[in-house]
Amino acid sequence: MAATKTFRVLPGFNITLGFTLAYLSLIVLIPLSAVFLKTTSLSFAEYWHVVTAPRVVATYKLSFGLSLVAAAINSVFGLMLAWALVRYSFPGKRLVDALVDLPFALPTAVAGIALTALYAKNGWIGQYLDPLGIQVAFKPLGILVALVFIGLPFVVRTVQPILEDLDTELEEAATSLGAHRWQTFRHVILPILLPALLTGFALAFARAVGEYGSVIFIAGNIPMVSEITPLMIITKLEQYDYAGATAIATVMLMLSFTLLLIINGLQAWTSKRTGRDR
Amino acid sequence: MAAQAPARRTLRRLVTAVAFALTAGGALAQTSILNVSYDVSRELYKDINPVFSAQWKARTGEVVTVNQSHGGSSKQAMSITEGLEADVITMNQSPDIDILLERGNLVAADWRKRFPHDATPYTTTSVFLVRKGNPKGIKDWGDLTRAGLQVIVPNPKTSGNGRYTYLAAWGYALDKTGSDAGAKDFVTKLLANVPVLDGGGRGATTTFTQRDVGDVLVTFENEAILIAKEVGGAKFDIVYPSVSIDGSAPVAVVEKVTEKRGTTKVAEAYLNFLFSPEGQEIIASHNFRPRDPAVLKKFAAQFPAIRTFSVDDKLGGWKAANAKHFADGAIYDQIMVNR
Repeated sequence: MAATKTFRVLPGFNITLGFTLAYLSLIVLIPLSAVFLKTTSLSFAEYWHVVTAPRVVATYKLSFGLSLVAAAINSVFGLMLAWALVRYSFPGKRLVDALVDLPFALPTAVAGIALTALYAKNGWIGQYLDPLGIQVAFKPLGILVALVFIGLPFVVRTVQPILEDLDTELEEAATSLGAHRWQTFRHVILPILLPALLTGFALAFARAVGEYGSVIFIAGNIPMVSEITPLMIITKLEQYDYAGATAIATVMLMLSFTLLLIINGLQAWTSKRTGRDR
Repeated sequence: MAAQAPARRTLRRLVTAVAFALTAGGALAQTSILNVSYDVSRELYKDINPVFSAQWKARTGEVVTVNQSHGGSSKQAMSITEGLEADVITMNQSPDIDILLERGNLVAADWRKRFPHDATPYTTTSVFLVRKGNPKGIKDWGDLTRAGLQVIVPNPKTSGNGRYTYLAAWGYALDKTGSDAGAKDFVTKLLANVPVLDGGGRGATTTFTQRDVGDVLVTFENEAILIAKEVGGAKFDIVYPSVSIDGSAPVAVVEKVTEKRGTTKVAEAYLNFLFSPEGQEIIASHNFRPRDPAVLKKFAAQFPAIRTFSVDDKLGGWKAANAKHFADGAIYDQIMVNR
């Protein structure tokens, strides 16, 4: 098979790969390997004891569980938002578009304090929920609210450009061929959007797992109920237990990496299926 | 989160670089010292520093700038062990200074003996803040275990304030029941009434005063007085329990640093100033109980007499108390996990 020489704008494979590896090492791999190195001061039995303590295990369930739920919620509503922003024009559209990015820019502590003030039982929203028996602030539900807030832009911003590229003619063609709205969405639009949607999901999820600043204000932080894994790490640091803190950090890292790998795999699979493989 | 340690190292280098640049440019022979402190002493030292600088200049002709750094106490102490060049450390519990001794001999082994009152220029204690008129009739620690009552305390795992509160309740119950088992039972009931655990004392204040959560806030007296002053005495009352804990705030010169920087003298003078009548008055005006009897008398209206016990006397010192109560899997964890 003759290799086809393709033209590339950036010079040489060797240079770009070398740069990629060096840069990734400097920015990502070296700091992360320091985390693993720090845990080596623990024996495996100690390590296992730290990372499987019931209180710590409860935080994994909460952190990863709620992050997945938040990312799922953001995928549904982020897609709707992106759809509205791309397909319709309405007064103040640019403003709404800019608002989407706000959770990116806002210091997370500010978000946490604002959300807590809103959802506490004397807050603007909380005062109406409280009589219904719904408590948001200082409960796991509050954590979910915070995670949905900070994750929103990821889905909107990944799906938006794909939607912009998507010709309305495709939908018109589907309709003229007799497809219902749902069929058009399910068989024409969704397959095209799915890879981007999965990327948005993965990003929102990753962001939620690592989130500390906003959650800590609204969570209530009750052991076994509303403690997130990053709080466990901070708690260990407060006790000068660096090895224990990094031990939990490694578990977070490995879990996150595995989940992201799965999501990326899914994304590659859907890309291939819809013939958008590059 | 994961990259915390390297980030800190980078920060340290940055700080060193900046410090270096400052020293290099400091042809004016200006001395500066760095006071590394805990979170809520920011305002106190903001007032202390200019007065000390003026006094030092009048005495020696030397201009000295005192820089301050504030944050969670353990984190602050840890940055010193990792190279932050602090000349003095001012904390609210002694383990955060002992760690400097354990990890690198940064302070003198007998740092407690270097200044009066075990090197603690002021003290505070854990008191109750209740809603105006004390609608739930909360008078003493025993009331906090009542079913249905909501008690706000900062997280003992992450906050010195919370640790003092927990130990105050433990000490009270130890007196009442005469046994560790009785004390554990009491504290278990109390903690069952805690709906929110904020990371620090200020967070707990916000939850209680702004979010309207809880019937009683247990916090440091200085914080309670501050709330009563700032948020208005119209909304809250301070209640003094029959007995509480002595929260003495220790200070030390970080000798390893001052010897290198040639600032030992000024650092010592700075800490001594805290014990002087002038320093004590500033301290009292920030709602901490001064050591000087004359100053304490002057502010007597603000600081009602209260019976206190110290961690050293009743709980075998901080080291033992931390190991017994707050270490991983120790009593606090046992109580919270089985709650």
